[in-house]
Amino acid sequence: MSFSWARVVGIVQKELRDYRRNRFVIATMAFLPLLFVILPTIDILSIKASISSARLDERVGASLLYLLIIPAMVPSALAAYSVVGEREQGTLEPVLITPIRPEEFLIGKALAVLVPTIAIAYLVFGIFLSVAAIFAHPGVASAVFEGSHLLVQLLFTPLVAGWSIWVGIAISARSADVRAAQQVGFFASLPPLGIVALMSFNVIAPTLGLALGLAAGLLIVDALGWRAVAAMFDRERLVAGTRS
Amino acid sequence: MNQGPQGMEHVEVQRVQAPGRASSARSGSTTAQSAVAVEHLTKRFGDRVAFEDVSFRVGYGEVFGFLGPNGAGKTTTVRTLGTLLAPTSGAATVAGIQLRPENGPAIRSRISIMPESPGLYLRLTVAENLECFARLYCLADRRERIERALRAVNLTERANDLCRSLSKGLRQRAALARALLNDPAVLFLDEPTSGLDPVATREVHELIAALKDRGVTIFLTTHRLEEAERLCDRVAILNTTMRLVGRPDELRARLFKSSLEVRLRAELTDPDAVFAGVPGIESWEAQPPSSYLLTVPDPDASAPEVARALVHAGADICSLTESRHSLEDVYLELVDEDVEAKRP
Repeated sequence: MSFSWARVVGIVQKELRDYRRNRFVIATMAFLPLLFVILPTIDILSIKASISSARLDERVGASLLYLLIIPAMVPSALAAYSVVGEREQGTLEPVLITPIRPEEFLIGKALAVLVPTIAIAYLVFGIFLSVAAIFAHPGVASAVFEGSHLLVQLLFTPLVAGWSIWVGIAISARSADVRAAQQVGFFASLPPLGIVALMSFNVIAPTLGLALGLAAGLLIVDALGWRAVAAMFDRERLVAGTRS
Repeated sequence: MNQGPQGMEHVEVQRVQAPGRASSARSGSTTAQSAVAVEHLTKRFGDRVAFEDVSFRVGYGEVFGFLGPNGAGKTTTVRTLGTLLAPTSGAATVAGIQLRPENGPAIRSRISIMPESPGLYLRLTVAENLECFARLYCLADRRERIERALRAVNLTERANDLCRSLSKGLRQRAALARALLNDPAVLFLDEPTSGLDPVATREVHELIAALKDRGVTIFLTTHRLEEAERLCDRVAILNTTMRLVGRPDELRARLFKSSLEVRLRAELTDPDAVFAGVPGIESWEAQPPSSYLLTVPDPDASAPEVARALVHAGADICSLTESRHSLEDVYLELVDEDVEAKRP
């Protein structure tokens, strides 16, 4: 039986309907991004016109990298819940009884988290750009709107989200408890933020080359993540809680 | 509209119509005619045996009861036949397809399993739940199938209600509608009335009976014996190993001798003398204060003879009935045997 996008759509549609009616999910998706946009916005608005160009580039780069916390953090809880949560609620078995393949189930779960995450991250980035354009010093604003900064931001948002989602789903597929999965998922989403922190504190220079290299690495991880998690997906263990 | 006996609308179920189907429900069937054929199937989790050396067949259109105590391996058997678990050894054919890992999606597309817990998405409406599963089955005519399934379980008016607002019985009905979406060749119902109150249980029984009338092959896992006796053509009793398979009356005949129960106004002074003269009585047993259980090969032939002998002896007969063993008696007899056998 071949791969079916109809089944993927079925999972995505169901997940999005479920999120829409879940206050916890809405609150997480609304407030978490707001928390992580406040600090870089204040930082950009506090930059004086007299700042050196090297220092300006450094601070703008750090602020934009800080915004990448949003696509890393927002999906981690949802991805970690995706498999083990359904298992605990008793809704996983009826799905696994259908002809759905692990690859279809997992890509559906991942897309359902990825789509709102990207939408929120880009929306927040748009708000950040608007505030910078209207209220920041013109020199600071032009640094924010520099092509390489925009490109990195637009490129990294789905890649970081993808990394966080596949790691979260992998943990969820192997975990026996939702809380444990979400805790581990949270910590597993931190490594890219570690790189962000290193760049913010100038331990690593935030160059375009480094950013593109990191993006290429994340792209490979995201592409392999789907297949790797599908290979880890053990229908028998998920249903019976044990393996023969 | 084509209404069933319980007000249910006709449920069109696409089945592989096997030759000789009408007799298959009564007498078992060959592999080619079987909706489910299981040969020496075993499932172990490490050292723990879930079920062992299980063999049976289910004919197309048959309602097959799968009975056993908790932990007997009933649900594991259903999950194995539903390709959710891989068997340790043995062979099986489900809906005409060999039970092999590579055939999993093909088998799952032709069967349905309603697990013990309905497993509905509670924040979604009934219709949204069904729509999700209609997509998972890649059904082309989704809307029509959903409407038909809802009508089949009398849930059309609640289609737009969130599942969390439904009672347990209605959730069970919604889960049954979900199981009917793909017109399964074999419908596995795992403890469908577990935890339901008597009214909801009756509703589910009526739905199963109506599906049975439509010729749907049903594999019913239950430990409610009256449910099995009422709904099933044949039953199997599993207690890790298969104990018995057959029609309820066959199982009764196999385990218990037929008997007559006589209740008198007063105890007989010399029962030996009374019963020794009656042809056909193999043995008798007094049941104080004034009843007797007579083992006879043919209750209909012996009853008039017994009545005459008792009247002749001057006894006042309050009742003379055939003693009927229920499926519960059969079940308890087998389970008690297993308990005895396991004692050191």
